[in-house]
Amino acid sequence: MATSTFVGRSAPSDDKRWRQVDVRMRRLGYRPDGLIEVLHTTQEVFGYLDDDALSYVGESLGVPPSKVYGVATFYSHFTLKPQGLHTCVVCTGTACYINGASALLAAISKELGVQPGATTPDGRVSVLKARCLGACSMAPAVVIDGEVHGHAVPARLVDVLEKL
Amino acid sequence: MSEVRTLVIDGKDVAATSDQTVLSAAEENGIHIPTLCHLEGLSDVGACRLCVVEVEGSPKLLAACATRVEEGMKVTTSSERLVAYRRNIVELFFVERNHICAVCVANNHCQLQDQARDLQLTHFELPPLHPELTVDATHERFVLDQNRCILCTRCVRVCDEIEGAHTWDIQGRGANARLVCDLGTPWGSSTTCTSCGKCVQVCPTGALFEKGRTVAEAKSRRPYLPYLVKAKRQGS
Amino acid sequence: MSTDGPDGSAPVRHGRQPEPLIPDGPARASANVCQAAGCLSMGSDQLFETLRAAVLARGLHDVAVRRVGCLGLCAAGPLVEVPEQGRLFERVHPGEPKRTEDLVSSLAGETVAGRSVAADPFFSHQVKVVLERCGTVDPERLEDYVATGGYEGLSKALTSMTPEEVIAEVVRSGLRGRGGAGYPTGLMWRTVAKAEAPEGKYVVCNADEGDPGAFMDRSVLESCPQQVLEGMAIAGYAVGAHRGYVYVRAEYPLAVKRLSSAIRQAERDGHLGPEIAGTRFNFQVEVRIGAGAFVCGEETALIASIQGGRGTPKPRPPYPASSGLWGCPTLINNVETFANIPSVISRGGDWLNTIGTERSKGTKVFALTGAVTNTGLIEVPMGLTLRQIVFEIGGGLAEGRKFKAVQTGGPSGGCIPESLLDMAVDYETLAAAGSIMGSGGMIVMDDRTCMVDVAKFFMDFCREESCGKCLPCRVGTEEMYRLLDRVTTGMATRSHLAQLEDLAAMVRATSLCGLGQGAPNPVFSTLRYFRGEYLAHIDDHVCQAGVCPVPAGPPAGATEAALAGTATVSSGGRP
Repeated sequence: MATSTFVGRSAPSDDKRWRQVDVRMRRLGYRPDGLIEVLHTTQEVFGYLDDDALSYVGESLGVPPSKVYGVATFYSHFTLKPQGLHTCVVCTGTACYINGASALLAAISKELGVQPGATTPDGRVSVLKARCLGACSMAPAVVIDGEVHGHAVPARLVDVLEKL
Repeated sequence: MSEVRTLVIDGKDVAATSDQTVLSAAEENGIHIPTLCHLEGLSDVGACRLCVVEVEGSPKLLAACATRVEEGMKVTTSSERLVAYRRNIVELFFVERNHICAVCVANNHCQLQDQARDLQLTHFELPPLHPELTVDATHERFVLDQNRCILCTRCVRVCDEIEGAHTWDIQGRGANARLVCDLGTPWGSSTTCTSCGKCVQVCPTGALFEKGRTVAEAKSRRPYLPYLVKAKRQGS
Repeated sequence: MSTDGPDGSAPVRHGRQPEPLIPDGPARASANVCQAAGCLSMGSDQLFETLRAAVLARGLHDVAVRRVGCLGLCAAGPLVEVPEQGRLFERVHPGEPKRTEDLVSSLAGETVAGRSVAADPFFSHQVKVVLERCGTVDPERLEDYVATGGYEGLSKALTSMTPEEVIAEVVRSGLRGRGGAGYPTGLMWRTVAKAEAPEGKYVVCNADEGDPGAFMDRSVLESCPQQVLEGMAIAGYAVGAHRGYVYVRAEYPLAVKRLSSAIRQAERDGHLGPEIAGTRFNFQVEVRIGAGAFVCGEETALIASIQGGRGTPKPRPPYPASSGLWGCPTLINNVETFANIPSVISRGGDWLNTIGTERSKGTKVFALTGAVTNTGLIEVPMGLTLRQIVFEIGGGLAEGRKFKAVQTGGPSGGCIPESLLDMAVDYETLAAAGSIMGSGGMIVMDDRTCMVDVAKFFMDFCREESCGKCLPCRVGTEEMYRLLDRVTTGMATRSHLAQLEDLAAMVRATSLCGLGQGAPNPVFSTLRYFRGEYLAHIDDHVCQAGVCPVPAGPPAGATEAALAGTATVSSGGRP
């Protein structure tokens, strides 16, 4: 792609979103230690990190591919697979756990037929577990498409999921 | 630059230079400390924990390979407690993955096996984890058997620090940590691997080996590394 | 636009929001609307707009409507405080017009009852140093911070004190690291100050608050980010550093947003950047966002992560104070520690030293959660008893349940039983009780909680968060988890319990970093105080709390020895 700002490597496609990644890398001076920052930006822009993205970022920053892959798979915030249309995150921090997060997870798995960490086969909902969202005072908490549902109970949650 | 330090290891007065580790000071003085992830010529990571020693005044055990000598240090390299922990550590290595020696290419040439023998470990009490892991035989000359990998990262370090290719790294974390080639690429399709074979030579177990070797045939040539390191330093 | 991570962190609203209403003269009454994460998730941003419109509509020209940080009593959100009347209005849901109308009437001068702040034990036992401005200043308005004495400490340090005098003041205060370990802050500063640094030094603020059940640092950053920045700048001056990083969890997008905005404003007004307060001192701060790895709270892992790599720890020594970021001397303190610093400098170390116990000075912020009535954010002087915290500030157990334990210190901490409730809380007493202060999570558990299950919960956490570098933690936590799972499913014998204890001791002694060394703590502390529960699972197949799926009937592999053990336990003999 002709408009790429980096001489060593051009973006994997002419998708305009790569420009946001390029801008981020330029601001960080293409320093290898900006890897995590750039992966954040790439995931914000594309929703997940595929092989093209990983090798482009790695080559641009001068980080070997295995190192990029090692970093991307070390941190749970990064995902190498596309996410569902909706996300349903169950907090499993201590306060949520002792207030019944397990029952919520069981109800969701039953309703959607997928385990935490997976997306429904139709790509509609991704079910995730979070370590602690810091919403302990509303335990148990579930976040559906960014909206926090405090003091969640299985029946009400299933209702919300059905209406997505 | 480096200065002389005097310390006591297992009751013996020892002199070392300030840039030396406890491990190297001990070895120089004929005191053996068991190691797995350490390899002369590579940086130290203190990951296998086999070389942990007691240092007077420190509430915690310290890895001898990653601890610099200090003036007046009093080190104990072997005690009932340390030996018990080392046996635990070797046991945990064995139960983590499939390390059935009888069917391993590295049988009798394996440093993990050596440790078990030295510590007189005959059986394991903890339930084995033994996940079914992949074997990558896509490289024309070498094979990676994840089932035998102990994640010592010697291959990662030799590839990065000596060969300069950085083909290997670790993916995932915790019990899901695995040795990884490039972007999870089959070894045979790696764009960075120079097929130099150093990783195979430094592997302490049968995780990385040359093709065509059968059980008990894979013998690594580990002692060559210090010469390479020396040559590299002189060259640069 | 909203950004929300795949981990489901709450979305953050960007773009212009309506300005607060601030009267020209002094306000007769102010509605301070909590805009911290808890209240926001219950609609407090919409509430702010509703209140603002209502006040404008009624023409109340001398009434202020402001956004403020955390008001503390998160259980009862959305919260609005009217400080002039000393009243707190709870559960002002924007969807319930009656609640809003009552509040507006109160602002208009009519008598409407809210919760009286002065008389309420939730507030009266608290002493606020770190949270001094939480709930009184607008987190996104630097002028609010400056109007309440903000940046006076930094200015005083730069214009009238030498770096050594600053350090001496911190030493005198007796302040200890609030991230958990409790190392004396002043001594650490002195070590970094003395370190030789041909290539510069760094100051790092650890805001990777990962303990499940802890949200103190989040609240501080969301409520008064300037206070943390001021603390960091003072630290930079004291140790001779000109660059600082704040490492924040990716799960806290609102904290990141407010912190970034605070940095921009502080640079604009000359509190950060070049030539601060007209002196030659310069100090820059950058934000680094974590990516979901608990282990990055460990300082050497945090450094690896800031440098863009896998967050795996390194053996210490060398400590970051001598070799940290890019091999340079690096001072690492956590959010709460830095937030203490401005007061220590502006009011003097002796002042902080008068609060607290013999060896633990000052206050501690706790996130009080679990089975307690008043869940929320509190700050208490060191030395208050657990009973006062749980039963007076916390208002006792919710739904009148029976107290069982309070968990402190997160996955490296422990569970403290009822018999120790009168213990004065400080670093030493908690350690003696087999727990740790930790970062300040305090989770109250009632009789519906099974302590074996709690130990298993934390072990599950540790095995998933283990970085995998060192063997004892990587494999040991997995094995311990499986042994605990055996206990909770009725598949364990007493020899499994012995195995668990041996393994726990070994993992504690040999692991590389604090995650592995601390991972066995929940097992040790539950065994110490609740061994009977373990034995009931093993010998009798009974989970007293009714949580674990132990099969009914006598244990499948019951031997005579195990049955003999049963008899001992059920006859109420030794534990």
